Amino acid sequence: MTEYSKSPLRSELGRVRYLGSAKHGARHWWIERVIALALVPLTVWFMIALIGHLLGAEASTLQAWVADPFVALALAALTALGFIHTRMGLQVIIEDYVHSEGTKIVIVLFKDAVIFLLLAMALAGIAKLHFSGIIKWLM
Amino acid sequence: MPRPQDQRPLSPHVGIYRWQISNTLTILHRITGFGLSFGLIVFALWLWGAAYNEQLYLDIMDLASSIVGKLFLFGWTVAFYYHFANGLRHLNWDMGRGFKLDEMVASGWVVIAFTLSMTVLTWVVVLKKLGVF
Repeated sequence: MTEYSKSPLRSELGRVRYLGSAKHGARHWWIERVIALALVPLTVWFMIALIGHLLGAEASTLQAWVADPFVALALAALTALGFIHTRMGLQVIIEDYVHSEGTKIVIVLFKDAVIFLLLAMALAGIAKLHFSGIIKWLM
Repeated sequence: MPRPQDQRPLSPHVGIYRWQISNTLTILHRITGFGLSFGLIVFALWLWGAAYNEQLYLDIMDLASSIVGKLFLFGWTVAFYYHFANGLRHLNWDMGRGFKLDEMVASGWVVIAFTLSMTVLTWVVVLKKLGVF
């Protein structure tokens, strides 16, 4: 059994008849939807927090908020999934509009570099805010 | 050498394609998603600044409270609510539901109504908090 044949979206008959994606298309499509679905509660929660008490708040307020382990977890999940969702969306846009192969590769790699740099910055920020928030709370 | 199939006209014929609610909302989904991507730059710098660079955090707060900053935040608010609601519409389609023409048109208008009302509601709350009125 190869990896793609395990996808719940492909029937055995479809595979035998060579219908649908030849490689990982069905799984990729499914992961896109799962991530989008997970972002529904996460973004609602974040918008409420943002409007409720984070807008214009001092850094110490943000730190105290992220000290809560559930907040840190949810914020990290929102960050990771949000960036992956964005990366997938931008990938499709680039593939649709950039037709020159060389330019496309350069733009795709640049997009990935920026996405992963910002993702790392956000996650590192969350970790630091979380642990320094806990230390402050203990002292 | 162009193959015969390369010379066939592309569909849809973009130049003569009539704008209607279906294709307008589709391209808006992409535009809002693209616009929201740039919001992640602010999101990452905001968290990074709060954790490691107090001055950066203060600069972001200053920028966010300026007129230009508020305009960007307003744009991202509209884009978020639109992309959120229309994304749910897409997830519903992905379950094989809501494809009838009248259902598609109705859900499109629901998305527009949701976006406008949530944007207004959000900014009324935000501006009230900031003491604008």
